[in-house]
Amino acid sequence: MKHLVILGAGTAGTMMANHLNHHLKKPEWQISIVDEREEHHYQPGYLFLPFDIYTPEDIVKHIEEFVPKGVCLVKGQINKVLPKENKVKMADGNELNYDVLIVATGAKIAPEEIEGMKGGEWQKSVFDFYTFEGALALRNKLRDWEGGNLVVHITEMPIKCPVAPLEFAFLADSYFKHKHMRDKVEITYVTPLSGAFTKPKATEALEHLLHEKHINIESDFAIEHVDNETKEIVDYGGKAIPFDILVTVPTNKGDEVMARSGMGDDLNYVPTHKATLQSKEYANVFVLGDASNIPASKAGSVAHFEAEILTENILRFVKGEPLKEEFDGHANCFIETGNGKALLIDFNYTHEPVEGTFPFAGVGPLRLLKESRMNHLGKLAFRWIYWNVLLKGTHIPFVSATMSEAGKKYN
Amino acid sequence: MEKTIAGKTIAVNEEGYLTDFKQWDKSIADVLAAEAEINLSPRHWEILGYLQNEYKNEVPLSIRKIGKSGVVDIKEFYQLFPKAPLKTATKIAGIPKPASCI
Repeated sequence: MKHLVILGAGTAGTMMANHLNHHLKKPEWQISIVDEREEHHYQPGYLFLPFDIYTPEDIVKHIEEFVPKGVCLVKGQINKVLPKENKVKMADGNELNYDVLIVATGAKIAPEEIEGMKGGEWQKSVFDFYTFEGALALRNKLRDWEGGNLVVHITEMPIKCPVAPLEFAFLADSYFKHKHMRDKVEITYVTPLSGAFTKPKATEALEHLLHEKHINIESDFAIEHVDNETKEIVDYGGKAIPFDILVTVPTNKGDEVMARSGMGDDLNYVPTHKATLQSKEYANVFVLGDASNIPASKAGSVAHFEAEILTENILRFVKGEPLKEEFDGHANCFIETGNGKALLIDFNYTHEPVEGTFPFAGVGPLRLLKESRMNHLGKLAFRWIYWNVLLKGTHIPFVSATMSEAGKKYN
Repeated sequence: MEKTIAGKTIAVNEEGYLTDFKQWDKSIADVLAAEAEINLSPRHWEILGYLQNEYKNEVPLSIRKIGKSGVVDIKEFYQLFPKAPLKTATKIAGIPKPASCI
């Protein structure tokens, strides 16, 4: 019997287990998925937790619920991968031998990378919202905060869901308006980029929205340290920005397991072929989702599109056929803009987000790069789609794994 | 787009980055540095050389990597090329602006 092992039962790993379970069957194949956690979190929900839009129950379920029958869920901590020996060593001393390995160990925040970030003010006035605990602590803080300087900050790129901090700023504007205290809150958006986003057309649209919502923007800010005494963030150029609440997105890094296994780069991301999703070093190792170093967004939608293409490539690989170089970096993200509206962007490695309609050219019903109520409903509906369609590896109708240029206004 | 720099016609993009490294020479660097209000010292040249070498080796550039390179620490990099050092230094070095990851 051959053995396919998936490391990580998050969004990417769970989708792969569901996809491959239909194709690699017993008695020829055994599929195992390894994770130490009990819970599966709907990570996009962390954005809504601080504003009391979602409750913890909306975003947390048991990990087992989404692992298909027939796939063996191995609960435990991974010590390291020995890719030359095709082996995974577990912390409890057990070993898993594999014929094919899928790395889906994700990315997580590393606030310890910046001096003072995880200091005395951590979760008192310095918060993250990329973890469940962080988002919850922030919710409790915001509930009875009386106002002041709210600084929304990105430490360095790449980060998971690069639009999330912008969405946070927009939702904060909306939240304080509803609490009739917007005049007591100064919101500043601080980014290491030269503008609001990484792509020119979307940057233009988003900066317009920031301006409209009276959110200040500080760009080209490379943080050096957080001063817990004066409550300021200070950059390498000596510029200081004071805060009463700092909501930061710390440095994101791949899992430590990849560092221990000698498989990661300087941020623990695994060097991966960007079109086939095969590891650059080991032919029988494939990487998807946030764990890889490909120049695509770190987002669930990307993992979803990757999973469709990777399934085909793994089936080709086990049959000894050449891999398809098909992944184009397709990403599709809703951007909450507050007051019950949202934007939608759809892009890939080579095509930046532009205006248009989605998924039906000329029809919609979703509008690209324009605020609309329908987009917001799309974002809310997405939670249901995530739990019921996406994780199960079901194809989402009319949305292809590679990006379609139809219905988009390129110049 | 084209721009005349140090008496030569040079191909640049909308942001003023050279699009053909072969057209780069030290006189061009001096002019681009002056536009950024920087006087190039031997230390600047060392760092520009390092950046160009990384570019030739197709190593993606980031502030973090430069800070760990042993060539220059981030603090000094900021002192030498104030404000947005990586963007300014790559422009003077005649290499593409590092793609900020998505």
